[in-house]
Amino acid sequence: MSWLACLQLSLRALNRNRIRALLTTLGIIMGVGSVIAMLGIGSGSQQKVQAELEKMGTNNIVVRAGSPTRSGVRGWAGTATRLKISDAKAIGKLEDIVGVTPIAQKLIQIRYRGTNWATQIQGVTPEYISIRRWDLAQGDFFTQQHVEKASHVCVLGHTVAFELFGFKNPLDEIILVKEIACRIIGVLVTKGASSWGRDQDDVVFMPITTVQQKIMGKDYISRILVETLDRDTALVLKDDIRKIMRERHRLTPGQADDFRVHSRADLAQASEESAKVFTWLLGSIGSVSLLVGGIGIMNIMLVSVRERTREIGIRMALGARYRDVLAQFLLEALILSVAGGLLGVLFGIGVAEAIGYFSDLPVFVTPRSIAIAFTFSVMVGIIFGLYPAKKAAGLQPSEALRYE
Amino acid sequence: MSPIIKIQDIHKRYGLHDAEVHALRGINLNIAQGDFVAIMGQSGSGKSTLMNIIGCLELPDSGLYKLNQQNIAEFDRDKLAQIRNKTIGFVFQSFNLLPRTSALENIETPLIYAGVSNSERKRRSLEMLKKLGLESRKNHFSNQLSGGQQQRIAIARALINNPSILLADEPTGNLDTATGEEVMDLLVSLNKKGLTIILITHEHEVADRAKRKLIMRDGKLEE
Repeated sequence: MSWLACLQLSLRALNRNRIRALLTTLGIIMGVGSVIAMLGIGSGSQQKVQAELEKMGTNNIVVRAGSPTRSGVRGWAGTATRLKISDAKAIGKLEDIVGVTPIAQKLIQIRYRGTNWATQIQGVTPEYISIRRWDLAQGDFFTQQHVEKASHVCVLGHTVAFELFGFKNPLDEIILVKEIACRIIGVLVTKGASSWGRDQDDVVFMPITTVQQKIMGKDYISRILVETLDRDTALVLKDDIRKIMRERHRLTPGQADDFRVHSRADLAQASEESAKVFTWLLGSIGSVSLLVGGIGIMNIMLVSVRERTREIGIRMALGARYRDVLAQFLLEALILSVAGGLLGVLFGIGVAEAIGYFSDLPVFVTPRSIAIAFTFSVMVGIIFGLYPAKKAAGLQPSEALRYE
Repeated sequence: MSPIIKIQDIHKRYGLHDAEVHALRGINLNIAQGDFVAIMGQSGSGKSTLMNIIGCLELPDSGLYKLNQQNIAEFDRDKLAQIRNKTIGFVFQSFNLLPRTSALENIETPLIYAGVSNSERKRRSLEMLKKLGLESRKNHFSNQLSGGQQQRIAIARALINNPSILLADEPTGNLDTATGEEVMDLLVSLNKKGLTIILITHEHEVADRAKRKLIMRDGKLEE
C-alpha cells in the first residue's frame, strides 16, 4: 500500500467522525499552545534579563585591593594599599583586552565661588569613558597628554555640574578641588543610578596622575577597571589577571590573594541560568497539558479501534497486511497530532501576543520554541498512537470479522 | 488435473478445558478448478470454521491444507494477507461493506492493498460497477442501498482483483427470495466463466444450484 493511499484511508476514516477528530485535536491545540505561550513568557523575561545585564557591562572585570580571606581583621576592599598603576599596565598587556584604566578615588568637598559640593573625585585614564560607554554632553574628556603632564583639568558628572552651575554653562570655569584650581573641560551625559542605587553622575573625573600627586599624595590606586572582548573572554581573563597579580605581588602558593578580581560575567551567568530555569519550568508546565492531549488521542484511538473491529476484520479479509492496518491507525493519530500541532502553534502565538498586549510581561515567541512544541506534538502522536495501532493490526482476522 | 484446494485430516479446536469446542474433526476435501461446491449444515456444525480456514482467515490446529499446490502452514501473516487479497474473494451473509464508505470506495479497497495506483483503481472499480449495472450507485453509502444492491457491491469487491476462488458465506441469508435468486444467478454465471465457488448455505434451493453438495455434521463432512 502506498503512503498516498494510506493517507487517503486515514483521512476518510477521520472525516467519518469529524466532531470527534476535532475534539481530540483540541487537546493537542491547547497543549502545543500552552507550551508556546509559556516558553514565550520565559524567553521574553530571559531576553529582558540579558538586556539589563548588557547595560551593566558584562565584559568588564574589576580588580580591587584588599584580601578576601576570612582570617584576621580586614579593612574595606580598596583600602589596602597594594595596587599600583604599574599593575594596570601589566594587565593591559594581556591579549583580548580592549581597555584598562586604573582608578584612584577620594571623597572631597569641591568649591565653585560661593557654592560647594561633596563628591567623589576619580582619577582615571582617558580610556575610562569608552570602557564605561559614557558619552559627553559638552566639551571633551581629557587626553593622555593631560595624564602625562598631570594637568589641572576635570570632567564633571551631570549631578555635580547641576549642583554647582545650575543651568549655566560650566565649560572653562574653574573649580577648587582641595585647593587645586581645575579647569572644567567637559560634562558627561546622565548615566542614572547604578544597579545598587548609587548616583553615578555624582562624580568628578580627573587625570589619575593629578589625583595621585596633587590631591592624595600617594601612588596607589583603589581599583583597576578592565574591558575585555566579550563575556566569555572576561571569564577566562579573570583567572589570567589573578595569576599576573599574584606574580607581581610575589605571593607564594600558600599565601592568600591581597586583591580581589570581580567580573559581572559571573553574575550575568547566574542570572541567565535562573532565567533559563524559569523558561524550562514554564515549558514543562505547558508540556503537561500536551501530554494530557496525547492521552486524549490514545483514548480516542482505542475507542476507535474497538468500534471499528469489524471494519478491521473486513480489511484484513480483503488483503490488508499487519503494516497496512498499523500504518492507517498510526497515521490517523499522527494527522490528529500534526493538525493539532499546527493549529496549536497559531493558537500559542496568539495567546502569547495577547499576554504581551494585556500585561507588562515581556513575551517573545522564538522559532526554537515553535519547533520544540511542534516536534513534541508529533512525538506525542506517534507514541500515543502506536499502542492502539498495534492493537488494531494484531487482531485475529476471523475473530475481528465475528465482532458485533 | 490436481485440485485447487486439497484438505487432509484438518482439526480445529476452540476454547480451553471444559469450554473446549472441537469444531473440525478431521476434514478431507478436494475441490477442482471451476467447481461450484455448496456446503450445508446446521449452525454450529463447523461450516463457518471450515470456510475461515479455506479463506486463510485462520489456520488449522493440525492437518494439511494446500491451496494451488502450496502448503498454507508455511506462510506467514503477510503472505496469508496477500493470498486473501489476490487469490480469494469473500462474500458474507451480512454483506460487510465498509461503513460510511461509498460503493466505489468499497470496491476499490482490495486494489489499495494490492498497491494499484489511484487512477487505475478508479478505472477498474467503475468498470466493475458498470458490469453489474450499479454505476448510478457509485457514490452511495451502504445504508443507502438495498440488500440486493449491497450484496452485488460486495460481490464486485470480491471479484475486483480477479481471484481464482470465491467464498460465499450464506450470501442469500439476508435477502428475500427473488433477490436471493438474482444473486445466485450471478454466481452461477460467474462459475460458468471459470470461477471456483464455495458456498455455505442451509437452504436446499440455494444448494441445488451448485454442482456439488456437501453436508457438514458435528465437525465432519459428508458427500
